[in-house]
Amino acid sequence: MTVTTHPVVATAPTPPTAFWRLQGFPLIPALILLFIAFVAVFADVLAPYDPQIGSLARRFRPPAWQEGGSLAHLLGTDHVGRDVLSRLIFGARVSMIVGITAVLVAGGIGTLLGIVSGYLGGWADQVIMRLTDTWLALPALTFAIFLAAIVGPSELNIILILGLVYWTRYARVIRGEVLSLKQREFVRLAIVAGCSKRVIMWRHILPNVINSAVVLATLMLGVVIVTEASLSFLGVGVPPPKPAWGLMMADGKKGLMVGYWWLTVLPGICIMLMVLSANLLGDWLRVKLDPQLRQL
Amino acid sequence: MRQYILRRVGYSLVSLFLLSLVIFLFVRVTGDPVSLLVEPGASPEDIENMRRQFGLDRPLWVQYWHFMASLATGDLGLSFYYRTPVLELYFQRLPNSLLLAAVAMGLSLLIGIPSGILAAVRVGGFWDSAGKIFALLGLSLPSFWVGLVLILFFSVYLGWLPSSGSGTTLHLLMPAFTLGWYFAAAHMRLTRSSMLEVLGSEYIKLARLKGLPEALVIGKHAFKNALIPVITLAGINLVVMINVAVVVETVFAWPGIGRLLYEGITFRDFPIVQGVVIIGGGMIVLVNLLVDIFYALIDPRIRLES
Repeated sequence: MTVTTHPVVATAPTPPTAFWRLQGFPLIPALILLFIAFVAVFADVLAPYDPQIGSLARRFRPPAWQEGGSLAHLLGTDHVGRDVLSRLIFGARVSMIVGITAVLVAGGIGTLLGIVSGYLGGWADQVIMRLTDTWLALPALTFAIFLAAIVGPSELNIILILGLVYWTRYARVIRGEVLSLKQREFVRLAIVAGCSKRVIMWRHILPNVINSAVVLATLMLGVVIVTEASLSFLGVGVPPPKPAWGLMMADGKKGLMVGYWWLTVLPGICIMLMVLSANLLGDWLRVKLDPQLRQL
Repeated sequence: MRQYILRRVGYSLVSLFLLSLVIFLFVRVTGDPVSLLVEPGASPEDIENMRRQFGLDRPLWVQYWHFMASLATGDLGLSFYYRTPVLELYFQRLPNSLLLAAVAMGLSLLIGIPSGILAAVRVGGFWDSAGKIFALLGLSLPSFWVGLVLILFFSVYLGWLPSSGSGTTLHLLMPAFTLGWYFAAAHMRLTRSSMLEVLGSEYIKLARLKGLPEALVIGKHAFKNALIPVITLAGINLVVMINVAVVVETVFAWPGIGRLLYEGITFRDFPIVQGVVIIGGGMIVLVNLLVDIFYALIDPRIRLES
């Protein structure tokens, strides 16, 4: 083997690291998500009307550009005369809060169980994995409906239910990662150094699986938001008169047959944009951050 | 082989046991089960009677024993609303659900398999990207929204298809497509990756070296083997479809299991909700077991592995 200090053939210039990391970055989806987050935070300032109070005198007004619409209600009004635009704006807040906290709850439960299961092994692993299998046998939406029927609809309950339904995927993936981390030198050295199991799991394993957890969280965000909308649509999600997108569509169904399209189409577009953006961003993160997850 | 099957059956029994335990505990831990099991508006004396009748004043393990005993005999309780056993209602609706799931599955395979093959044969090409977008849309759009938009177009604007109900083939089209699209995405992805794997194998290289036309290599040699995992997934998904159709069946008023579940929610008919969840979970455990055994039968590596 020869060592050359001066390479004869110049290799292609490597792009700066920062640029490489951003290669293929889904800019538009990221902007859409940022925009929705912005709208959610400043809903009080942005919304022209109160999202929960309408006037029956102004019900079923079409969007401004259609015949009979007016600039006073840009996107029209619903069956009790509430401004659709204002409800969509406040709906972004509900979706963001429910989506993000539910993903955190699911991620918390799943990551914890995944680490414990993978690191401790033995009977703890057996119990947790059998439990995960059982959970996976329950169709997610049906299980969520079942739980919602027991505890009754409220925003907090929905978050807890979604967290309880969707932790399994985290548990599986994280457990797999922990199994390979366990064999690595730094963990063995920590054992030799006399660290307790809890310290190893908390200080040495957890920071190494956070990447995967973040990727999964982005991918789960879309699933959770669709499920929340479905539950609200079925009447066991966010209780009325709160402005949730799924609930708006359930209400909008009443006017569908007479052609009041804006009541169902517009909230659906909001959900679609948010979920699609989260999925595209998650896909990109998966490939960039964590090569091990590419097979997901 | 026998050992493998026995262990699989054992796992499934453990899963079923945990399933019943989870459902049993959730009902009792999260609140007063009497309020769920008794019709809303019942008098305090009736509630007290019910508590005794259902044995809710006894220790938890005794209650669980009774819960399991009635499950074992197929007794899922009486529906409040219909005043008939839940199991009977379930079997009345099952044929409708099966019909919807079968047609939806047919559509999803019809879309998913060809587009998956196209994507695999032209990796990185136009069809690959188009397929990816199609799949991503199918997974990102809430199915009830797809359903409502279809109604808006085909029933309200064009007047071609009935918006709800059942009875004719026309009634089936929109719900089946709505349900099928979501699954088409999964089938497409699996067909693509399975096809890619097979196309990279030695025997395909040999077939190409022999000078067989590309259409024959893909259509006959690769396709057959790539199809095995897809068909397996389709089998599992058929059962999943029956259990997740609640939203689609609600949108189109299709009288299947999902609609039964929805009625259970709206009429606060808890025995129905519980029954549908238990049967659904049991079905999926069973189908997973069957798939495992089937795989062990056709592939000796699996049964020797563990």
